[in-house]
Amino acid sequence: MNYDNIVSDRIRQVAPSGIRRFFDILEEMKDAISLGVGEPDFVTPWHIRDAGIYSLEKGFTRYTGNAGLAELRREIAAYQGRRFGLHYDFASEIIVTVGGSEAIDLAFRCTLNPGDEVIIPVPSFVCYGPLVHMTGATPVFVQTYAKDEFRLTPESLKASITDKTKAVMLPFPNNPTGGIMEREDLEAIAELLRGTDIIVVSDEIYAELTYGQKHVSIATLPGMRERTIVVNGFSKSHAMTGWRMGYVLGPKEIISQMLKLHQFGIMSAPTTSQYAAIEAMRNGDQDAERMRDEYDGRRRYLVEGLHRVGLPCFEPRGAFYVFPDIRSTGLSSDEFCERFLMEEKVAVISGSAFGQGGEGFVRCCYATSMKDIAEALTRLDNFLTNLKKKQEKGEKAV
Amino acid sequence: MTKLLHLLEQDCSLTTEQLASMANMTADEVKAAVKQLEDEKVILGYQAIIDWDRTAREAVTALIEVKVTPQRGEGFDRVAERIYQYEEVESVYLMSGAFDLTVIISGRSLKEVAQFVGERLSPLEDVTGTATHFILKKYKEKHLIFEKQEKQEREFIFV
Repeated sequence: MNYDNIVSDRIRQVAPSGIRRFFDILEEMKDAISLGVGEPDFVTPWHIRDAGIYSLEKGFTRYTGNAGLAELRREIAAYQGRRFGLHYDFASEIIVTVGGSEAIDLAFRCTLNPGDEVIIPVPSFVCYGPLVHMTGATPVFVQTYAKDEFRLTPESLKASITDKTKAVMLPFPNNPTGGIMEREDLEAIAELLRGTDIIVVSDEIYAELTYGQKHVSIATLPGMRERTIVVNGFSKSHAMTGWRMGYVLGPKEIISQMLKLHQFGIMSAPTTSQYAAIEAMRNGDQDAERMRDEYDGRRRYLVEGLHRVGLPCFEPRGAFYVFPDIRSTGLSSDEFCERFLMEEKVAVISGSAFGQGGEGFVRCCYATSMKDIAEALTRLDNFLTNLKKKQEKGEKAV
Repeated sequence: MTKLLHLLEQDCSLTTEQLASMANMTADEVKAAVKQLEDEKVILGYQAIIDWDRTAREAVTALIEVKVTPQRGEGFDRVAERIYQYEEVESVYLMSGAFDLTVIISGRSLKEVAQFVGERLSPLEDVTGTATHFILKKYKEKHLIFEKQEKQEREFIFV
């Protein structure tokens, strides 16, 4: 059997994740501290778990409608309205998906033709490029910079728009930088897109984790709702990663096409998870706030700690990541992560894993206990001090 | 101030720097606030919550419902004070409902607790009745769960 002839060209062109090896080392290591994994350290609040269990007790174990339970879609519509001022019809403009990732995949597969271009700001979450590539369209990466707090600027967007541009990915609040887009930033982007046939895919999975201000969705700006697909979910806001609950909001002309694909590929999102999600939407706003408050304290502590040990770092205003600049160490991001893990047993993720513009930075996730963050900072201080000593010795030897 | 108290109530082992970041204050502000709260007895003390069942030490804890005759002019305070002075008494609460005081005491053995109730508590002139309930197992105290929590199988994924 020649598997080279079996596997599709497009999937072969997708590079395997280099992070795997790193995690393998981490899993074997005792006393390691991980600021690597991007998921909440909280367990799903009990009343939400209980709602899932209760649905099982009642025997609600069958498929739901393709778009998800009507009750859940109504609650999502109400939640998006009260939290972010987004208004969508539960019957025709919302699909409950298997995590936000499925929603992103659906959005690309139902809008892109081979040859189309999708503008993707980087550094950003790693799935966008490969998912665009699988449709035969071309990802066009636009670098964002620390000096702009990793916002997408209208200048760089404008410079990347061609007559092939079909969509702009908007991943804010951003993983891995923690950057956000405020209303005036979004307004400048919207101004470039109004009157075109370019759509926006707005990944707002970290919307609830915006600090010191409220998240603004580009779909709330004049003229933008009709050209925006909004992706959100329960993983980050309600600590529900394993339930695989996401959803997509958009104009019914697009949503109806996405529903066809979702129907054939997925059928319907997990029923137990949907019942739990109803409870999260109905009675979970306070949970989201409590967790945000907790992350916010850790965020400030970690940023101050990084400054103290001498790593420059812009203040992230969203998600649960800090993205310090490690260029002063003279190491590449990969070297930094490898040596920090081997010498001090702390895992952070190399910025280069998140695409162009990530080199020179590392991602530290603060969705972990205050105790671990404090210990990681102590070890980082050791690491940097030892590194400096070694480098000075090395220089003298030369 | 309230934020600071919430943080300390949750975990009093946080360092001044950690408290400062989490409460959005400076370290000096935290120090001053904590001192003031201690001076004003808003913060009574700092204690660890211990699962003695995991140690070799034998201990029993009992919750005693106590009925008392309130004193003219003093209400329940005087008798409560006479009860809480005992070293063995962990907590005393004034209750609404069928009895008046909840007294929580711990001793080394059943006998020790029984002795306390029979020889110290019941003979108090204002105490008109007691009902002693021994605590068999502690599940949760101050938001902390005693049983070791099973952990989900861990495999790191890149998100």
